[in-house]
Amino acid sequence: MTAIVPRRVRGLASLAEALLTPHGMDRYLELVDPMLVRREIRGLVTAVRKQTPDSVTLTVRPSRAWPGFTAGQYVRLQVEIDGVRRTRCYSPCGSQYDGELEFTVKEQGLVSGHLNRAIGVGSVVNLSTPDGGFTLPAARPDRVLLISGGSGVTPVLAMARTLVAEGHPGEIVFLHYSNGPADALYRTELAELAARHPGLRVVHAYTHAKGGDLTGFFSAEHVEPRFRDAETFVCGPKPLMDAVREELGERVHTEEFTPPPLTFDTAAAEGRVRFRRSGRECANSGKPLLEQAEEAGLSPEHGCRMGICFSCTQLKTAGRVRNARTGEVSGEEDEEIQLCISVPVGDVEIDA
Amino acid sequence: MTGLQDRLTPEQVEEFGRELDALRQRIVDDLGQADVDYIHDIIKKQRGLEVAGRALLFAGFFPPAWLAGVGALSLAKILDNMEIGHNVMHGQYDWTRDPALSSQRFEWDTVAPAENWRHSHNYIHHTYTNILDKDRDVGYGILRMDDAQKWHPYYLGNPVYATLLAIFFQWGVMLHDLEIENVVKGERSWADNVPVLRKIVRKASRQVGKDYLLFPLLTGPLAPLTFLGNATANLTRNLWAFAIIFCGHFPADVESFTEEETSEESRGQWYLRQILGSANISGGPLFHILSGNLSHQIEHHLFPDIPARRYPQIAGEVREICEKYGLPYHTGPLRKQLWSVAKKIVKLALPSSPSPTTVEPDRQLRAA
Repeated sequence: MTAIVPRRVRGLASLAEALLTPHGMDRYLELVDPMLVRREIRGLVTAVRKQTPDSVTLTVRPSRAWPGFTAGQYVRLQVEIDGVRRTRCYSPCGSQYDGELEFTVKEQGLVSGHLNRAIGVGSVVNLSTPDGGFTLPAARPDRVLLISGGSGVTPVLAMARTLVAEGHPGEIVFLHYSNGPADALYRTELAELAARHPGLRVVHAYTHAKGGDLTGFFSAEHVEPRFRDAETFVCGPKPLMDAVREELGERVHTEEFTPPPLTFDTAAAEGRVRFRRSGRECANSGKPLLEQAEEAGLSPEHGCRMGICFSCTQLKTAGRVRNARTGEVSGEEDEEIQLCISVPVGDVEIDA
Repeated sequence: MTGLQDRLTPEQVEEFGRELDALRQRIVDDLGQADVDYIHDIIKKQRGLEVAGRALLFAGFFPPAWLAGVGALSLAKILDNMEIGHNVMHGQYDWTRDPALSSQRFEWDTVAPAENWRHSHNYIHHTYTNILDKDRDVGYGILRMDDAQKWHPYYLGNPVYATLLAIFFQWGVMLHDLEIENVVKGERSWADNVPVLRKIVRKASRQVGKDYLLFPLLTGPLAPLTFLGNATANLTRNLWAFAIIFCGHFPADVESFTEEETSEESRGQWYLRQILGSANISGGPLFHILSGNLSHQIEHHLFPDIPARRYPQIAGEVREICEKYGLPYHTGPLRKQLWSVAKKIVKLALPSSPSPTTVEPDRQLRAA
């Protein structure tokens, strides 16, 4: 019987899709309630709290298509601001076994400002499927070193909470860097987590204040010797990640939320860039196409600006581009490229 | 006849183009929440009418319910195709970055696949508006809609072809993308049509499946009534869309152009051609919405990618600019424009009189 029901439901769903072609079921269901959608992923904000004056923590219940995430991954979150959908990447910071998602967002720009000030309980946001390879190995390491700086705490906290939920039998050290006690995110939660799980030790380092467990920026001395060869997971400002990589070496896994400095040869740039749909055209400045498009007065959809989220993917209809991350040059016709990391090589036409 | 390029001095054309560019920029800078709220509201009404129409046909044994159902479904299809589909697929809402309002992803409730149509309409028709032998919308490859199209005995059937096209308009729009006339001329091969045809088969079978198979079957014994109801709704939409679209470019005083006079056009010259080659239809706010604001064909052809709700707002200003440069601004009520188109269809069924001087004085007066 149980085998028959899902099949019947599936049959009904495909009948409904056939009846509601070409728009599909979601376009009707969302008019009844935006959370009823079956294919798209949306999130209903069920709780909002302020941990620090310049950040907000949202609890979000995902719609039925949410596939679940692995601790450390991020999702592309979309909100509509003055009629325009804006996309940014955020890592959920709860345990991967929780039904609801938790996002902590520090106010620093348009989207984070909107999330801090305009989103309330009952708001609905758009979510993507989770992405990213910054995750714990399936065979959990015995000793885990988690290091975070500022709002980079989010994916690492998800790992700590997931390990605690699993009853991780080994040792976990959570080393968190903040300017001082006033902006140390998740202080209380981390203390509670450590109280619940004897294997977890939380260390607060203050870079610009006294009174923490440690003071100053990361150095090898901040990690006790027997943890220096533990599997290490770091997320935070680039200097922190560089320092950890340099000191601790090979077992370090990092989440690059700040772009690696890509170098662009703006002097040797030649050719023209044409944006077909808008009819805009400009001389190739040698910078990534996303920046060139913005300088030409366009506002293409984008997210991370560093080639990870694929929000800015557009069709290149002619010409060759160089991938600024890999250096690879491609000249295929009608190929989808990421504007934020594609640099024109000569004349290029984009369908934007 | 006043040539396209002789109406204004080069300086005037440039100034004229700058004024329209400035108007466009002002609207683009102002786009925001109100435009998104508007289209969401229209979509909500369209979906509501559609669901109501389908539901009422389940009570189709009761004649008022059948009539109301067909009415609601016809309106839903008209809104879907015109104010929503046509405009979204022009990229008017691409700036919202909402995938449901994306020109590249939207699909409309008609047998013509969006992707095929976008090419023939957004690119060919809007770029080469009213240029004979370039704009395939002049006569749709089957009608003689311009004096300059060479007469052939085939065109004796002009009124019959036009009537058939009006009745089966969605199928006409669908087949239009196969460019049969170019295949016959040997300028296009059947191989070029394979991908176009594949999309057509997929889309048309889905549309036929829901309107003529699934919904009728679901109403059980009422199947023939539902079938008839859906066919009537499609017919209503076909006639309406045909009427609005033919009034956009074919009333008597609208001009057509040659490839020679339009080669190497500047932006200002392109604007000029769009104005001379298009005609508006006057009417009330509801009429404008149901026409997809194609009743503002002139404004639409100047700025095809600006949300259509903006056209009525800028129409006064466009008209003032036209007056300032002594340019005609073709407009008239639907019945007058339709009558003018009908006369043209009949007149052009016969060979043209050797000299076209009969229309000349009239045109020159208006241009003066």
